[in-house]
Amino acid sequence: MSVAKPLPHDSARLHVTGAARYVDDLPLPASTLHLAFGLSTVAHGDILSMDLSEVRASPGVVAVWTAADLPFANDVSPSVHDEPLLATDRVHYVGQPVFLVAAESHLAARKAARKGKIAYRDLPAILTVDEALEAESRFEGGPVIWARGNAEAAIAAAPRVIEGRLEIGGQEHFYLEGQAALALPAEGGVTVHASSQHPTEIQHKVAEAIGVPMNAVRVEMRRMGGGFGGKESQGNSLAVACALVARAFGRPAKMRYDRDDDMMITGKRHDFRIEYRAGVDEGGRILGIRFRHLARCGWSQDLSLPVCDRAMLHADNAYHLEHIRIDSHRLRTNTQSATAFRGFGGPQGMLGIERVMDHMAHALGLDPLQVRRANFYAEGAGASGGSISPTVKEGPEAPLPPGAAAGGRQTTPYLMEVEDFVLHGLTARLEETSGYAARRAAVAEWNAREPVLKKGIALTPVKFGISFTLTHLNQAGALVHVYQDGSIHLNHGGTEMGQGLHRKVAQVAAAAFGVDSDAVAISATDTGKVPNTSATAASSGADLNGMAVKAACDTIRSRMAEFLAEEHQSEPRKVHFEEGRVFVGGAEMSFAEAVARCYQGRVSLSSTGFYATPRLSWDRKAGRGRPFFYFAYGAAVSEVVIDTLTGENRILRVDILHDVGASLNPAIDIGQIEGGFVQGAGWLTTEELVWDDKGRLRTHAPSTYKIPACSDRPRVFKVALWDGANREETIYRSKAVGEPPLMLGISVFSALAEACAACGPHYPDLQAPATPEAVLAAVKRARGRNRGQT
Amino acid sequence: MAEIGFVLNGAPVRLSATSPTRTLLDWLREERGLTGTKEGCNEGDCGACTVMVTDESGTRALNACLLFLPQIHGKALRTVEGLAGPSAELHPVQAAMVAHHGSQCGFCTPGFVMSMAAAQINGRTDHDDLLAGNLCRCTGYAPIIRAAEAVAGTPAPDWLRDAPVAAGPAPFAPASSDELAAWYERHPDAVLIAGATDIGLWVTKQLRDLPDVAFLHACKDLQRIEEGPLGFRIGAGVTIARLRAAMTGAHPAFAELLRRFASEQVRQAATIGGNIANGSPIGDAAPALIAMGARLGLRKGSARREIALEDFFLDYGRQDRARGEFVEVVTIPASAPGLACYKLSKRFDQDISAVCGCFNLTVEGSRIASARIAFGGMAGTPRRASAVEAALLGRPFARATFEAALPAFAADFTPLTDMRASKEYRLETAANMLLRYFLERTEVRVNVLEAAP
Repeated sequence: MSVAKPLPHDSARLHVTGAARYVDDLPLPASTLHLAFGLSTVAHGDILSMDLSEVRASPGVVAVWTAADLPFANDVSPSVHDEPLLATDRVHYVGQPVFLVAAESHLAARKAARKGKIAYRDLPAILTVDEALEAESRFEGGPVIWARGNAEAAIAAAPRVIEGRLEIGGQEHFYLEGQAALALPAEGGVTVHASSQHPTEIQHKVAEAIGVPMNAVRVEMRRMGGGFGGKESQGNSLAVACALVARAFGRPAKMRYDRDDDMMITGKRHDFRIEYRAGVDEGGRILGIRFRHLARCGWSQDLSLPVCDRAMLHADNAYHLEHIRIDSHRLRTNTQSATAFRGFGGPQGMLGIERVMDHMAHALGLDPLQVRRANFYAEGAGASGGSISPTVKEGPEAPLPPGAAAGGRQTTPYLMEVEDFVLHGLTARLEETSGYAARRAAVAEWNAREPVLKKGIALTPVKFGISFTLTHLNQAGALVHVYQDGSIHLNHGGTEMGQGLHRKVAQVAAAAFGVDSDAVAISATDTGKVPNTSATAASSGADLNGMAVKAACDTIRSRMAEFLAEEHQSEPRKVHFEEGRVFVGGAEMSFAEAVARCYQGRVSLSSTGFYATPRLSWDRKAGRGRPFFYFAYGAAVSEVVIDTLTGENRILRVDILHDVGASLNPAIDIGQIEGGFVQGAGWLTTEELVWDDKGRLRTHAPSTYKIPACSDRPRVFKVALWDGANREETIYRSKAVGEPPLMLGISVFSALAEACAACGPHYPDLQAPATPEAVLAAVKRARGRNRGQT
Repeated sequence: MAEIGFVLNGAPVRLSATSPTRTLLDWLREERGLTGTKEGCNEGDCGACTVMVTDESGTRALNACLLFLPQIHGKALRTVEGLAGPSAELHPVQAAMVAHHGSQCGFCTPGFVMSMAAAQINGRTDHDDLLAGNLCRCTGYAPIIRAAEAVAGTPAPDWLRDAPVAAGPAPFAPASSDELAAWYERHPDAVLIAGATDIGLWVTKQLRDLPDVAFLHACKDLQRIEEGPLGFRIGAGVTIARLRAAMTGAHPAFAELLRRFASEQVRQAATIGGNIANGSPIGDAAPALIAMGARLGLRKGSARREIALEDFFLDYGRQDRARGEFVEVVTIPASAPGLACYKLSKRFDQDISAVCGCFNLTVEGSRIASARIAFGGMAGTPRRASAVEAALLGRPFARATFEAALPAFAADFTPLTDMRASKEYRLETAANMLLRYFLERTEVRVNVLEAAP
């Protein structure tokens, strides 16, 4: 069967030959106009006057527009209509689009856009968490508070209290392909090509902006050069701008951000400050805990609410927390509007509790892995998976938290039952295969011997909830055609951003018809073929669209089986589709022959398919229910070395065991794990966003913002898949894989903190990202110098 | 009108040289529709635009975004579209990338493939160094390295036989340093372009028009490295890549610093003269050269003069260079066994130094007989740490001496805080580098790059 095969990415050959086309590569009609935004240079201010005469006079300029020139809705927000395409009378961050230039060339537009003269009256800019708290500058009025039990009382009664604070930096997506869109005028509307994870939203925002119903806008999206959440909502501006110009001039319009503009204009991962206070016992068990999440959301709401919700939903990670309270503050600041980024708040929430584990282990003098295990959820009855048992054996008995009977199920702080907790067995196996215990001892020996270079090793787990927390988004559609020659063409609502979704979905369709997956062609995602799609996000692409495609294929196959059975005096259930052949009532024919017969027999060979995730029920206000269909699990062991003179550091070895259920494509899944891990490690090490005191982002290009380079990958990098099927009825019992592996990178941060702790008796209080400078500061804290700094 | 002639994927091309600062990347994508070569950053930091260029010195991977068309005059250029064989069979590197799942979103892939193909032609297997200038955001690099290792040691396919072409005199490019000197004296406000890895950004990022330029790549006499008893004479037009290779034996610490200088694509284009002449306070070559006692040869017309390199850097953005005068040669000693170079940056490879400290001490008997210490990133120019040097000179080579010298850093430097590091961190790590220098010479492990799991 074509599922479970390690087939290459569907576009691999196109990628390596340069033939894979991205939006900027599409051949353009000669009359195409090129667009650029003029950007705000102040973080907060009223626009007093705009002199755009030099912009208009600049060579090649065809039009210059401000907010006043927009014919319909001036809004590109994905949520609450608080994000104008062009600033009206006030600007809210450095980099906000203020005016739009249309010119005969990309260069002409860029040159002209720099010639605007805008006078501002500066207003006080709120840039930091503290300034926002002070000014009560926030979304949703006050903090969102979810609680279970009585955290305060449990902490007060606990033998020990651990408290601290962690600053967690944001992250630039740095998709290699910058934002881009192209709009072609069409009769009565427009056709848009956009590098977007969310074609339906582009369609929606464009329709609003040019005053037409959604049926007059078609959005096509073949592939993105990376997305990572950065193209969930951030492409709206470009597509809307292009559509407006195309409509006004009857000429195609294209816009792509220069890299610096891209980084100045678009949102990034939310940076968080997490404050924690935990009451613990001497065995390292958390008795009660409070978290305070302070998220810098930037100037508009965008997706900050669900991002911050998801951070709260992962404040437990793998641990049973009976008495817990989380206060989540969604702060409005005069900076880029923070947006979706792989993990969507989950990584920040998870890092909070993992930090508590490390801090507690340090304070109690315990092995951090022992502390983690002491707080794990109990292994539920369903932990071994659905109908298929894992082939990896269970490891040694791990201590169970108090009150957790073996086989009993515990609930998350939001009262969802944890039915399939596999981390006891998974971490035991990883502990063994990575040689954790022996290596931990070797690290201690090294640290006792070496005066300058110190090592650290850490094992951290991941439990990540799969489903959009906005329940209605958990739906998908597909359209499958079988042509009379037996070739198969399909569309689904998901977008291809490099994650191999199209290959996986093609494997699903091929499996349904018993053919080779190369017999299945997937064309661009197209709002004209599959309507009302959700963003390809929340790791849900294969789960949702795979099921929708399977439904469509099953419909067609049933029709075929019924017809062929009748023709051969057999029963539909006895018709088999295997290895490109169809077997019916003793007869055998090729799939193409079977299709031809069905066509001759006037059987419909086209079908839509639809899927809605079952079992979800979530009350966001109360913070109660089942927001997730299931959890994906994993764990990583990272070993690092630091230089205590400079804080420079290296990842020496990483071992990962990750749960993807029954893999649809192990090669693609391992690729997601390796890539996600390195991206997560980058977030917590070299990737530092720096704003100056005027609110200007100083790291707006790869010269100053450092994503991992080739040599930053772990020297030794071992990735294995946990061999257990999903207990839930997902597509072929697989599990989502897009986001969860990113959080395996937390093991690097923990290992670095361990290395810092080896330098002295005090808690090193490492902050994120652990740049060399942050590591050196932590080393000094461990030694007891600079105690005043936290 | 002068013409630019070169070979593109095996076919000759002739263009009239209108604008000297049209980038190769824009021309490929906008004029030729060769969109396999991608724009990822337009500043030479991501490598998505990597192409292969072959001339009489061999085949190099270069960033097309930082190459102006006149620079490829007379050369053979190959883009990703020209890599597969005559019957569309994949190049071995392309096939390995498919087989090892080396592409996900695919946007960086053409650049990687070109870097890897150039490495194969040159028989190079130091993948981490050769691919440091190609950023990938999807794969975590592991499968790309697996692909690179799979083709390591295999021969390049025989359909890739690029050779330079005879194309006549290069436009906007003096053919010798004498010609350059005469021309520049007449055009003292012109911009001289060697590798274009810095000036390229004036065009791609600052959107400047550069009406009067001269390219230096045709001045072959500026590209010589001469080794004599007194040391090396390094022409200003020598690329960092060639300099690195030449320094491996005599100055291994300098060579190791140059290994981490920008990226392969940039090292293959950037020149030592350019790195000095642009006067950057964070260029990595200057601190090492100053620590070695390098001298700089300048020329204006027929007049030549030589100065100590540290005297060239007067102040931030200001150098001891007259109008119409250019950097011609750098001379360094034949050996400097006491040299150590420490580059400190957020990311090890392809990053600009927060601090670059270079130390060159000699010990006679048990005492420090000479000390030349220079830093980048600590002031508005590359600068010597004279107070630190004074605190060391004549004293015993012992930990106490080095520790006693640490406070002198505050007398030498008042660094700034920027996006790369705070002033406090700069000052502290600069001092710690001095300790590292001592510890390294007492057999203490100090290099995280040499630690194994």
